Amino acid sequence: MLLAAVIVVGLIVADLHYNKLQAARAMLDTLASPIFWIANLPTRLGEWSTTHIQSTSQLLEENERLRRENLVLQGRSQQMASLQGENVRLRKLLNSSALLRDDVLVAELVGVSPDPERLQLVLNKGERDGVFVGQPLIDADGLMGQIVEVSSGTSRALLITDVTHSVPVQVNRNGVRAIAEGTGELGSLEVRHVSSTTDIQKGDLLVTSGLGGRFPEGYPVAVVTEVERDLGEPFARVLAVPSAALDRTRHVLLVFTARPTQEN
Amino acid sequence: MANRDAQGYPVILLTFVVAYVLAVLPLPVWLQWARPDWVAITLIYWCIALPQRVGIAAGLLLGIGLDVLEGAVLGQNAFALVVVALLSRMLYQRMRVYSLWQQAGVVFILVGINQLICQWVQNIEGVSVLPRLFLLPALSSALLWPVVLHSLRNLRRYYQVS
Repeated sequence: MLLAAVIVVGLIVADLHYNKLQAARAMLDTLASPIFWIANLPTRLGEWSTTHIQSTSQLLEENERLRRENLVLQGRSQQMASLQGENVRLRKLLNSSALLRDDVLVAELVGVSPDPERLQLVLNKGERDGVFVGQPLIDADGLMGQIVEVSSGTSRALLITDVTHSVPVQVNRNGVRAIAEGTGELGSLEVRHVSSTTDIQKGDLLVTSGLGGRFPEGYPVAVVTEVERDLGEPFARVLAVPSAALDRTRHVLLVFTARPTQEN
Repeated sequence: MANRDAQGYPVILLTFVVAYVLAVLPLPVWLQWARPDWVAITLIYWCIALPQRVGIAAGLLLGIGLDVLEGAVLGQNAFALVVVALLSRMLYQRMRVYSLWQQAGVVFILVGINQLICQWVQNIEGVSVLPRLFLLPALSSALLWPVVLHSLRNLRRYYQVS
């Protein structure tokens, strides 16, 4: 009993205060991945059956819809090329650095943290695929979070809404900088330390500011839903809803920033 | 005797693996807070049924495994499950003569203690924000106790693990 108590307390202290256990954790994570794989089987089966047991007409319909969508997106991307060229020229005029395109890697979700207070995801890409700690994670609609643990075949990501997560953002409309902190609830972020006189409104889009060097600039993070200015308080209370579908996405994108970020 | 031992451990291990899988099974968001603590109740069952074989060491190892699965601080669940194992080993003689619902009451308390310890460690870490529902798993575990007890007991008798 005494031995167990010593081991347990030792482990907690070692993990909380000294990052000495990373290697051991990575190894144990590799051992744990089969359990996530088994737990994920029902969902996979469900997906498999919906994709394989579908009538031809449904498939044709979906194909048609995707074709149309593709056409629209291609049309938009034509314009995008010229806009990008214009952007580069303007940036050159302003003597600022050019925006670089980021590479992405598609990863699949294999598990979510069973603890509702810990908003973490387990992904099926790991060190083998070049995933690194601190790597940003996005989906089709916006920033999702960052990688906090990497083992050889899987990795663990912290969502932006976790209480321990903060992300530097700016208001897309006017460039006001702020920090968006997680609240522990999946659908809400809080923008902290915004003074009452700051120009920030309901409906404003918050995008990553690129400050801090961890997240690349310009990815949508959240939309402001509530601004409460109480003159008795030093700061306004600003709440926002994440743009990314944090609880619905199954496929996510890992971003390899064009310029390698310095680790910590 | 030796033969039985060799036969028994795989069965016990298998139940714990199943408990792990159930512990990380994806659940809808509204159900997440009520997820029963499968590993804890499986541990309680084996501590009561076979106190000479499953105990504190098992709690420690299981807890470390669960910490890894949950991405929690290493030692959080280990701490909680060591305490649960210790208490259920102290209580096993009484538990065996209790009626089913009295047992469920004890399970509620044990899993509640488990949750409380996890909350403490998370508070030290600074993760915990919404502690309002943290006893819900204790309730769901207690309600599921009869099912777990019967299935594990049948399994144990079928494979003659003793």
